[in-house]
This record gives sequence, C-alpha cells and structure tokens, in this order.
Amino acid sequence: MPVKDYIRERFFPHLWCPGCGHGIVLNALIRAIEKLGLSKNEIAMVSGIGCSSRISGYVDFHTLHTIHGRALAFATGLKLGLPSLNVIVPMGDGDALAIGGNHFIHAARRNIEMTAIIMNNRIYGMTGGQYSPLSGYGTMATTAPFSNIDHDFDVVDLSIAAGATFVARTTTFHVHQLIDILQQAILHEGFSVVEVLSQCPTYFGRKNKMGSAADMMTHYKDQTTPIGSKAKKENPALIERGVFVQKEMPEYCKEYDKIIERAMGRSESTPIS
Amino acid sequence: MAKPKLKEHVINLDWCKGCGICIAFCPKSVLELDEKEKVVVARAKDCICCQLCELRCPDLAIKVEME
Repeated sequence: MPVKDYIRERFFPHLWCPGCGHGIVLNALIRAIEKLGLSKNEIAMVSGIGCSSRISGYVDFHTLHTIHGRALAFATGLKLGLPSLNVIVPMGDGDALAIGGNHFIHAARRNIEMTAIIMNNRIYGMTGGQYSPLSGYGTMATTAPFSNIDHDFDVVDLSIAAGATFVARTTTFHVHQLIDILQQAILHEGFSVVEVLSQCPTYFGRKNKMGSAADMMTHYKDQTTPIGSKAKKENPALIERGVFVQKEMPEYCKEYDKIIERAMGRSESTPIS
Repeated sequence: MAKPKLKEHVINLDWCKGCGICIAFCPKSVLELDEKEKVVVARAKDCICCQLCELRCPDLAIKVEME
C-alpha cells in the first residue's frame, strides 16, 4: 500500500516545523507497518500531549489523543479491553519521562504488550523550548538561559531497570535501522521501548547553536555508534544505538486472562449457598 | 538484481517545507532548492534510486518512482 493510504491526507502539510525529526519518525513508522503487512484496523495509536503526540492525528489507524503523560495509562486500559490490537504509543521526552514518568516505569514493569516510541528531541517544543528531563547538563533552553544544571535520564538504562523486555535506540539519520527496529518492537510480545533521537531545529537546535536540521542529523551520525563497536571503546562519549534488550517474560494481558480463568473455575466449584 | 531505473521524482510542493534534509544527504547531489525554497530535481540522470530522500523526508513530500 502506498504511504498516502496510511495517513489522513486532509491534515497535510502537517504542523511540525521545517526539518522536524518527528516527521521522519512518522515516515519510518508507516514504512515499518507497511513492511509488516498490518491492516489499519489492527493498530491503535494512543498519544498524549506535545509536538510528538500530534503524530496520532496524521495516521489513519484507530487513534486516541489523550492527556499529558497519561498515554500509557489509556493504552493499558485499551490493551486489556481489546488485547488483539497492536497498540503503539508515541511520546515525547517530556511527555514520557517527566509528566508521564510514573506511568512509563510501571507500564515497563508490568510488561504489557505495546510499543512505546520516545521521540527524544531534548526539549518541550510545543510550549516554546523549556528544558526537559532529557535536555542534559550544560544545554541551553528558554528556561535555562544561563545553561541547564539538571542531569538527564538515559532512556535505555531507565527502561531496562524498569523491566522493559525490548529496549532499543536509534536516530532519525539512521532511517533503515529505525524502520527495522520499529518492526521488531511492534512484533515483540511485551513492553517495547524505542528511543529515537529526533532533531528540534527550532528550539533545541537554535538555543544550542547546532545549525540546520541536516546539521543536527549529521551530528547524530557522528556522535552515535552501533552497540559494542570498537569506536565506543576508543571514545566512550559516543551514544550507542541498536537493540539493547530483547527477552521473553510473562505478558500482562495473557497473565490477566489466566487470573480470570482461575477465578471463574473457583467460583464454579464453590457455589454461593 | 538489475539496477533500479528512475522513472521520476514525484514532489509534493504543497507539503515540502524546504528543510533541505533530502538535499544534504543525497549521495549524488541530485536535488536542489529553488528560489521559492522548495526542492527541485536538478540532476535526475545522476539518481541511483537509493530512496534516502524519500525515507528521510519529514514531510512525506518526495517519492522516487522507479520503472
């Protein structure tokens, strides 16, 4: 199916700024879904608030645009109600890890089958460039005009510690890897986290003098390396990309079904007198 | 496998925002910006149909059609 069959063309051109990485994530996500051969009716996309979360308005799947940080909570309810759906939850760095930090770690801990995509542009773009929990020490933001003193989360380490059973990271520069990782994440039977480094040339790029969108993507090319590469040993400052964790654990909806079965069995054997 | 042969680049000028990502990463410098800051095909003959422009376009505005 051509790309235009997966989108709501009437809302294009989209609202994202010129060169915004979120558009590349949308592009890659559509291609991943096309390659998997999923029908539009099998997919539900649940998003919260922020630039990244607007992605759910542009795709022609079942979509829910919910409240800030709570996309995973809505998605958990949806998945438990209709476990056959492929649930995809695109979030921004602030949405996922500041406002929705608790929902995020607990969804990971439960291992409920869904795909959390963290589109990490290291800033709150929609509201004017405030620093986020992923901006990092020493960066500039509208609310940190003398540089940011907050340290950032490592999304991969955080997700692994919280118990996610599929954890990967890539960038908008590495589009082939992005498409491949998104396919693996969607197929994974458990909670999948995909961190995508996504450029915000308007706020993060401008505040930190990183140049154009293409310059920021070149930076991703230069500053990242495949997991366990020789380059990483020589330069520990490089950011690793690839699939960090992929393991099998009991999945939440399936475990819940077992509980229902157990409870039904018990009530039948011990009727209320 | 035979080399893919270019039919044409289909560019949606209403969607293109002129960010220049396709131009910056085209391995054969096929694309350019015009005076209206929209992408145009300057050297179609050099295109190797790698589709990197299409995959990296944040605006879904370019498609590489092959024969």
